[in-house]
Amino acid sequence: MALIRAIIKHPILSGLLAVTIGGIVVLTLIVAFLDQIKWVLSDQFWFSNILSLAIFGGIMTAVAYCILLERKISAWIQDRYGPNRVGPLGLLQPLADGVKLLLKEDITPGHVDKALFVLAPFMMFVVALIGFAVVPWGGTFRWPWMDADATPLVAQVASIDIAVIYLLAVGSMGVYGVVLGGWASNNKYAFYGAMRAAAQMISYEIPLGLVVLTAVITVGYLLPVDHAMDCLRLEGAVAAQAPHAASWTMWVVFYHPVAALLMFIAALAEANRAPFDLAEAEQELIGGFHTEYSAMKWAMFFLGEYAHMITSSAFMVCLFWGGYHLPYCTWLSTDESALAMLCRIGVIGAKIAIFIGAYMVVRWSLPRFRFDQLMRLAWKSLVPMGLVILAAQVLIVYYGWPQWISIVVNLGVLVLAAIASLTNAMPISGRQQSLLIKEKAAREKEYELQHAGV
Amino acid sequence: MPASDWKKTDVMNVDQPTLTTAERLYLPQIFGGFKTTLRHMFSVHVRNKKVIQYPEQRRQLRKEIYRGVHRLNRDDQGRVACVACFMCETACPAHCIHIVGEESPWQDREKYPVQFDIDELRCIYCGMCEEACPVDAIELTPEFHLVGRSREEMIFDKEKLLMVYDRTKDEKPRKNPRITGY
Ligand code: SF4
Ligand code: SF4
Repeated sequence: MALIRAIIKHPILSGLLAVTIGGIVVLTLIVAFLDQIKWVLSDQFWFSNILSLAIFGGIMTAVAYCILLERKISAWIQDRYGPNRVGPLGLLQPLADGVKLLLKEDITPGHVDKALFVLAPFMMFVVALIGFAVVPWGGTFRWPWMDADATPLVAQVASIDIAVIYLLAVGSMGVYGVVLGGWASNNKYAFYGAMRAAAQMISYEIPLGLVVLTAVITVGYLLPVDHAMDCLRLEGAVAAQAPHAASWTMWVVFYHPVAALLMFIAALAEANRAPFDLAEAEQELIGGFHTEYSAMKWAMFFLGEYAHMITSSAFMVCLFWGGYHLPYCTWLSTDESALAMLCRIGVIGAKIAIFIGAYMVVRWSLPRFRFDQLMRLAWKSLVPMGLVILAAQVLIVYYGWPQWISIVVNLGVLVLAAIASLTNAMPISGRQQSLLIKEKAAREKEYELQHAGV
Repeated sequence: MPASDWKKTDVMNVDQPTLTTAERLYLPQIFGGFKTTLRHMFSVHVRNKKVIQYPEQRRQLRKEIYRGVHRLNRDDQGRVACVACFMCETACPAHCIHIVGEESPWQDREKYPVQFDIDELRCIYCGMCEEACPVDAIELTPEFHLVGRSREEMIFDKEKLLMVYDRTKDEKPRKNPRITGY
């Protein structure tokens, strides 16, 4: 008796005891219900549900660690170490951040519109998360215990016909969170921030839409004719980019390099990331639309932003960068074992991680745009470039020209844009020779007028 | 005067630098920026050399001139060296010194402080008090690990300031003891 009491009172031993008992219980349950578990896992409906839960958990962890990664990368770029105190190498820092944010006082200022004020961060967070439903994580596969001729499972939560449009729609719903947050705060600075963010996100939706359309049409052209309607499904887009005997890779980015660049820029702006983050602009403006938010509600905005980053990276990877395919790896693309499925999830995850790293390096390298520069970049350069590329792709498909023509068009667009920017009287930033010459002439004239009588 | 002569007058126009072709194309500049940041990101040895892991590693302070917490010096007989002249209180730009002076019980000076408070939270550590003191009684020490649980605790009185002297006199001896020969 005394021994048991001593064990229960001991902090480490009691923890070990609890873990052992829990583990034994879970293991017995698994063994007892093995057949049922197998059945649940082999049914597409239940598997999708379980997968959505797993993805939710995975994405939340990923978001938390994205924040740690962002802090680490910013530190490395500035010759610092970054958080390295909590846990080995600071790896438990997200946990500490979460606890801190949960325990912080959650202030709801007296002058706000309560319902909308509470709704806004959740709105932002939820719309950022539901986009993951259509991302094809692992293609088709069979569990080892399934018959070889059974219908394979699809490692994807929902396979809907209009996944691309769904993602665009869900992405633009993020604007609601921002505008609601700014409006409900009943604070003019928050409201200005929300207006900036809304104007920016709506403007960049257009180049994003153009580029996505280009990619979709290309995918439809690359797919075999009887599957061409799959081009609006993300898994269709990924399937079109599978490694192929005829060409060493068929990633859309090789046909449309400039379009991929435009999509990256537009995705940065859509996610309100630097250098387009003047919705918040922590350093010089007072925080934009989430000025009045604190504690967990503020964290929801933050998590939403990072989840949005992951969604847009996944979108980009699926449309342009070949989803879970790698060049030459036909095993990875065609095998239907569970192991290949896990590898595919790893590949697409790695690609998404590379994009997130790129987002972060961009954020800590580039200065922020001024608002007029931001608008000019969207309307005067991204939209025309996107339009030309889209028109060229439509012509290619309409006349059945070979797809490689789009590479020429892309490079041509880049050259044309360079020429246009060099001859443009209003550059996107800074001062230029032609304006200075005009200024100088005006100054000399003024001087002449002043000294006319001397 | 012809317009081309405007440069010869005392009017000077300074032009802002203009953008070069590469700068106007913007993308080359962006990639230049990435090059810089990525170089810093991967230069681990620079990090390792520069970063000081604070509580375990301390940076080398220049003890003679570092401006940290104040101390009130003692003279060679262990009495407070201050003569309550109010110079430091007058000089302090943050108005954080409060002195109550009284006639001194000792023969060698007229006044001494019965109360000497410095609000360490209001102080801006400018060192003006040290400059102003005619007898070098108040000095700033290299001590900067200053914590307190309340605002009241951070108002240092005479005893505490003398205690700071006792604790730091080995590290930083009194600058010029001769001056207080009175
Ligand atoms: S250091 Fe400056 S601010 Fe602080 S007590 Fe001395 S004179 Fe005042
Ligand atoms: S200036 Fe020096 S002597 Fe005068 S009151 Fe201040 S500490 Fe005392």
